[in-house]
Amino acid sequence: MAEVVIGAGETGPGAAIRTHTMNFGPQHPAAHGVLRMVLEMDGEVVERADPHIGLLHRGTEKLIEYKTYMQAVPYFDRLDYVSPMCQEHAFALAVEKLLGITPPPRAQYIRVLFAEITRILNHLLNITTYGLDVGAITPALWGFEEREKLMEFHEAASGARLHANYFRPGGVAKDLPAGLTDRIAAWCDTFPKFLDDLEGLLTENRIWKQRTVDIGVMPLEEALAWGWSGPCLRASGAAWDLRKAQPYDVYAEMDFDIPVGRNGDCYDRYLVRMAEMRESLKIIRQCLARMPDGPVKVQDHKITPPSRAEMKTSMEALIHHFKLYTEGYHVPAGETYTVVEAPKGEFGVYLIADGTNRPYRCKIRAPGFAHLQAMDRLAKGHMLADTVAIIGSLDIVFGEIDR
Amino acid sequence: MDGFLATPVGHFLFVVAAILAIMIPVLVGVAYLTYAERKVLAAIQLRKGPNVVGPFGLLQPFADALKLLMKETVIPSGANRVLFLFAPMLTFALALIAWAVIPFGPGLVLADINVGILYLFAISSLGVYGIIIAGWASNSKYAFLGALRSAAQMVSYEVSIGFVIITVLLCVGSLNLSRVVEAQKDLWFVVPLFPMFIVFFISALAETNRAPFDLPEGESEIVAGFFVEYSSMAFAMFFLGEYANMILMSAMTSILFLGGWLPPLDIAPFTWIPGPVWFALKIALCLFVFLWVRATFPRYRYDQLMRLGWKVFLPLSLLWVVLTAGALKLLGWLPTGA
Repeated sequence: MAEVVIGAGETGPGAAIRTHTMNFGPQHPAAHGVLRMVLEMDGEVVERADPHIGLLHRGTEKLIEYKTYMQAVPYFDRLDYVSPMCQEHAFALAVEKLLGITPPPRAQYIRVLFAEITRILNHLLNITTYGLDVGAITPALWGFEEREKLMEFHEAASGARLHANYFRPGGVAKDLPAGLTDRIAAWCDTFPKFLDDLEGLLTENRIWKQRTVDIGVMPLEEALAWGWSGPCLRASGAAWDLRKAQPYDVYAEMDFDIPVGRNGDCYDRYLVRMAEMRESLKIIRQCLARMPDGPVKVQDHKITPPSRAEMKTSMEALIHHFKLYTEGYHVPAGETYTVVEAPKGEFGVYLIADGTNRPYRCKIRAPGFAHLQAMDRLAKGHMLADTVAIIGSLDIVFGEIDR
Repeated sequence: MDGFLATPVGHFLFVVAAILAIMIPVLVGVAYLTYAERKVLAAIQLRKGPNVVGPFGLLQPFADALKLLMKETVIPSGANRVLFLFAPMLTFALALIAWAVIPFGPGLVLADINVGILYLFAISSLGVYGIIIAGWASNSKYAFLGALRSAAQMVSYEVSIGFVIITVLLCVGSLNLSRVVEAQKDLWFVVPLFPMFIVFFISALAETNRAPFDLPEGESEIVAGFFVEYSSMAFAMFFLGEYANMILMSAMTSILFLGGWLPPLDIAPFTWIPGPVWFALKIALCLFVFLWVRATFPRYRYDQLMRLGWKVFLPLSLLWVVLTAGALKLLGWLPTGA
């Protein structure tokens, strides 16, 4: 209980004053899931922050070793459950690389379109809950209204709001329903107004700035040393974005900018994400404008299922379908490390195939893990309230950190 | 009838009736303030707010109260039971007894004492004890941090509130709250003392632990701060106390700066409406700003709040005391005092 613990023989002048330890989480409103942090504090000042992980460990990587390649996809939705499609993207690209196939152009456009929608979904959740952690309650409610609209696009395309299972090796699960592109285009016209409103609440708000500027500063060299990536790294000043650095699918054809911060503090991380949403909007618009017609998955039915109609008439199609959904497809032996720019940073899949229908190993690189490990470095010397702001600005989601 | 009221028993019954006449509207006001808060926040946040229990959700406050009454009071094993239960009672009682000196209209006041402002000031300063005792008696680190924050916060803001009140006193020449209102017959103090009005209102936010100064509660940092261990009616008493304090501080703002029960203009259509209604309207306006602020601003950090209190408000209010005193003296506007 006591704020300052004084043990036996430690009283009197010159006694050593020990810090007091606080258990922050795993059931804490600002722990963003199941983060448990043991804080050693001097009053309200954090002396040491020790993040404990593993409370959401589900053995995803091991489970994937026992599933066919197609069955492995849904596990990726459940890693960072805020940006499901971007992670499916990494796995789909990895398997495609091993199979040596390229999805048709329409599939690539659809993937980029939904990867960017997912990015906006993720950033909306992060910025608004980050605001909530700092005490601004309204952004969260406004943001969730917009997220709801985006979730409906997810649902229209894949049938599921959250765990889409939409990007598959070889393309996407099915084509977009009629009229969806028009609805997305209409949404694109309303979204900038929402972003302006959101910025009106936060960006120039003096209390917001007092709470985030110069809090949790991460210099560029250290950010690189800690293995940071994504918006957090860009906030520290590196113009590193895998969509530009090593473009996948049709990102090479897209015209967008990489927002970069200067100070690497909580405020810059917020600003970078705000700016990224506007850039994502640009990409979405370009995808909608240029999306070609055609198939949405490779037409090799050893890898992707044939259409329902085909199966009614073609014996071969029926066999393909049966084989695909029982045995799955065999991937030639080989290994690959494939990365995508997930909303939180570099999301990588290191996949080893041994020629069977199941991966030999699937190592997942989650960006949040690298961000969280710097927690002690960031929080030291700040106050308890700043720790909360730092956690919010790092965009921690435990699904991917614990896997 | 007059004869009966003059007897000790009659007088006692009259006072009890007067107390009830104040207490019941205040408590109903508290209940509907929680409703109003949820509705206002909902409107700002594009939601509907309570709309299921009763027409437009109007019975929601009673459903909530009933729910809290039915719940079990959990007392943590390491807690000091007596103080643990005493703290919410103290908070609640203090929030109610302050109403004794509030004038609702000309002569409509329970205790028309000459030190009304001092009384209010003293009562609102005592409010911090409820919080500190709760934080200490809970035997929880989060609650303790909340209590410490609260102590720091109260000290920072009481001082500037004190100076604001002195400024008003200089202009009135009396500590009696009815006099304060009557002195604003020609001009509400919000006009000449506008900066003080702002300082007072912000300090009132801090005084009642409302956003953006809800640090002792600090939901996302120290979970619920000083009342994290409370449940059931003990929690409800803190809750009621907080909202009763909000109404009280709004009433104080109205009395000190917005002319209390006086109509905005002393002409026909305005004077038809009785004084207490004007008073209630002004309180409602202040309360709306309380809620509006909560929906708009993030939370201050503990040291930033102290800086605002000591480095901004204290010098500013001190300067205004000097300026006001100087102006009154030099221009010969000093109230004669009666």
